[in-house]
Amino acid sequence: MPSYTFDLNGKPVSVDAPADHPLLWTLRDQLGVTGPKMGCNLDVCKACTCLIDGEAYTTCVTRIADVAGREVTTIEGLADGDKLHPVQEAWLAHDVPQCGFCQPGQIMRTVALLKKTTNPTDAEIDEIENVCRCGTYFRIREAIKSAAEHMPST
Amino acid sequence: MLSKDAKDDDEDHRGVVSVAVGRRRFLTYLVAAPTLTVAARIGLDSGAAAPAHAAIPSPPQLLGETIDLQDLLVIAGLPTAGLLFQIQVNEDNTVSVPLPRAEVGQGLTTAVPMLIAEEMDIPLSSVRMTLADARPELVMGQISGGSSGICTLYDPARAAAAAARARLVATAAQQWGIPSERLTVTDGTIHAPGGRTATYGSLAVAAAKADLSKLVVEPKPESKAKLVGTRATRLDARDIVTGKHTYTHDLNVAGAKPCLMRRPPTIKGTVQAVNNADTVRRMPGVLAVATIPTGVAVLAETFAQALDGVNALDVAWGPGPVDNESDDTVRQKLRRAVGPVGDPPVTLPLGAGSLEAEFDFAFLSHAPLETNAAVADVRSDRAEIWSALQTPIITQETIAKELRLPLHKVTVHVMPSGGSFGRRLFFDAALEAAQISQAMGRPVKLIWHRTDDIRHGRVHPAKYHKVRVNYVRGNVLSYQHWSASVLTSLEHGFGEALTTAVAKIPGIGNESLNQVAFHAMVHCPYNFGVVGQHLHEVNMPIDTGSWRSVWSVNTRGVEEIIVDELARRFKKDPVQFRREFLKDDRQRAVLDKVASEGNWGRSLPAGVAQGLAFHDEMKGVTACLVELDARDQKHPRVTKAVVAVDVGRPINVSGIEAQVLGGLTDGISVALSGGLHLRNGYFLEGSYHNFHYARQKDTPPQVQIFVMPANGRPGGMGEFAVPVSFGAVVNAYRRATGILPTSFPINSDIDWEPYPPGPVPNPPMRPLPPKR
Repeated sequence: MPSYTFDLNGKPVSVDAPADHPLLWTLRDQLGVTGPKMGCNLDVCKACTCLIDGEAYTTCVTRIADVAGREVTTIEGLADGDKLHPVQEAWLAHDVPQCGFCQPGQIMRTVALLKKTTNPTDAEIDEIENVCRCGTYFRIREAIKSAAEHMPST
Repeated sequence: MLSKDAKDDDEDHRGVVSVAVGRRRFLTYLVAAPTLTVAARIGLDSGAAAPAHAAIPSPPQLLGETIDLQDLLVIAGLPTAGLLFQIQVNEDNTVSVPLPRAEVGQGLTTAVPMLIAEEMDIPLSSVRMTLADARPELVMGQISGGSSGICTLYDPARAAAAAARARLVATAAQQWGIPSERLTVTDGTIHAPGGRTATYGSLAVAAAKADLSKLVVEPKPESKAKLVGTRATRLDARDIVTGKHTYTHDLNVAGAKPCLMRRPPTIKGTVQAVNNADTVRRMPGVLAVATIPTGVAVLAETFAQALDGVNALDVAWGPGPVDNESDDTVRQKLRRAVGPVGDPPVTLPLGAGSLEAEFDFAFLSHAPLETNAAVADVRSDRAEIWSALQTPIITQETIAKELRLPLHKVTVHVMPSGGSFGRRLFFDAALEAAQISQAMGRPVKLIWHRTDDIRHGRVHPAKYHKVRVNYVRGNVLSYQHWSASVLTSLEHGFGEALTTAVAKIPGIGNESLNQVAFHAMVHCPYNFGVVGQHLHEVNMPIDTGSWRSVWSVNTRGVEEIIVDELARRFKKDPVQFRREFLKDDRQRAVLDKVASEGNWGRSLPAGVAQGLAFHDEMKGVTACLVELDARDQKHPRVTKAVVAVDVGRPINVSGIEAQVLGGLTDGISVALSGGLHLRNGYFLEGSYHNFHYARQKDTPPQVQIFVMPANGRPGGMGEFAVPVSFGAVVNAYRRATGILPTSFPINSDIDWEPYPPGPVPNPPMRPLPPKR
């Protein structure tokens, strides 16, 4: 079985897996990284969203072979030790989570959005497809706007 | 008036405490008896009522208005209410309290710690709340459902916490020779007048041993509350946003590998033969294959490999019992159940009119984001189960029976749930996991595929509603509402063996329970003369279940549509009409609040309109005003929502707002886009791309929620924002388009290709763009 090496939350990892094994299940079942969630396994709900080289991807449809040599960031790798990322802080400030299951994906998607724009419009926020079955959308929207204000300038 | 009476309740009932266990490092309190008798608010509402002058009064409906579902659940739990909470004071000044309820996102693991921290005078962050395992000794006292969490826990939690505080203070008083009355507590530290202090943690051991059997306690009066009624951030929020929060899907129980099931092509089809089990067993990563009554399970090293395994299975399937059923045949059955409703048995006076309307509702999936799942480790002499469960006791009882093990040899752990909306009232995943683990002889982590979760899970039943209203000269003489529904399964009863046995009596058990539950939940809040609401159920072999707000979203939702139609006939403004026909000022207050805050009647472009609704249930009242842009009728969007809720005494204001937000999103979805299609024995939908639950682009970018000031005892909050939101959205659609929708969801076209029945769909793998 082929072996693939990539950076996971800043540390190199190697896994043996078939080339087309989805990254999500390597993370969850081979590496024990369970922050990215499975809500559909069909690239619909987006709960498995992680960053690959800083961009948001749904890991349930990403081949492990494609990830070799790349940088993968999951929700577990977002905070700097005990210091939360501004998006995580905004999520707490707006008391966003209900069941919480979709929120790692929502947060990772937001982090990617705020890398592209420092001032997201309602129309840009509307493009986020991540499903929240508890219906926390309005608080997510508010948290995104508030996080945008607190992002360190780059 | 309400708050005064609630305060009197507090002062009239005294707690009795006994120390059950004194361990070296902490003490445990068991409150020996229900220490606060729950006073049902019988008659209070009607006492506060200001009758509408114009309307013909309707007498209070005994069930629903005078005694409701929350009261029934409180009464069912009373015999064991004193056993609910065991408060453990730890040396580090924290307290540990297992919650005998589910946490499905409704926020009980924050609201209940608020009650405990308030009574004990400790910081909220000092309360460590886990979910209790199944506790059969609680009998009917460990069901999470019917928005009864706060109603059933409010008194027991406060009583147990007040008792704990009193015992710790009395212990310090004894040690220092100072009367308890002269001691004060701040943040878990007891202070004496001379400056002497002791922490709760330092007194835990002594308090466990102290002879204080005659201690009497009473909870804090509402006026002294510092924490209850404020906004608290969810205590589990930090774990959630850092990915640490552990759901059943995430469990790492030694040896429990991922497991998926191949399920029949149609609902309740049967396994006749598995033709290639050995071939599948040799596939990469596959560890075991086993057949159980509901399908064929494949265990593998990873979920992806288990998925490959289930889709490679060659299974001969027997037909299911509804293979000949589709939406149309169900609809016909529902219409027949109501039958032709004859002319009203009264002679209408001259100038009288009659309004009739009919409505259809599609099946709905609960579709919690975490699919059905359970971990099971079944051995020859014992079993251990982990799953998100609203009825853990009957889960334990059923699995013990299934595995032929004594009850105490089966441990059932309740996991935090990635959503529920009623789905986890049923424990089918736990039972399946137990069967699979027993068949394979090893621990398993069963995870349902999303497509199976929709096609083989539970559904909110399809419904047909018919309403007839007779009126004359601006008054409603009679309001009759017939609701036909595919039978809603209440086979979980109150979560234990006795009531589930009643529910399973063929032909009458479930049906009778439902008549009580329906009338305990649904009542007409208006003075509409002679009011009748009738439930006609059609028993079909489709797995159904309570879906957030159960019958109310449809029955009360329809009623609010009718109210707008009546206002139109009477040429009255919908707010003014409701003000005149509602029964009391508490109801009118939330209506007035949304009308003023939402700027009711403001000018909007053609195709955009406001809509409004009112709802009264679960000891609360609520009103919702939305603005809906229907200029694109295929994609109408709620652009703004204003909701006011009066839930009696608020515990966590932020949590209440969160439940309103969830109910609002549900109401929007049910009205506009969310529904299932049944065709030849299976549901066509397979994930959220065709079960159109609202996404960010479908929800309002402006939301204002107003929690009214404390007003009596706390009510139930989990469900009651759904019917009001549904009604407001439909009324806005009607006003924006001039079209009265009669079938829900309004947009229900099948403009997508359904997955074929049988195997679950494979993930559509997408290549990653090359590294830049």
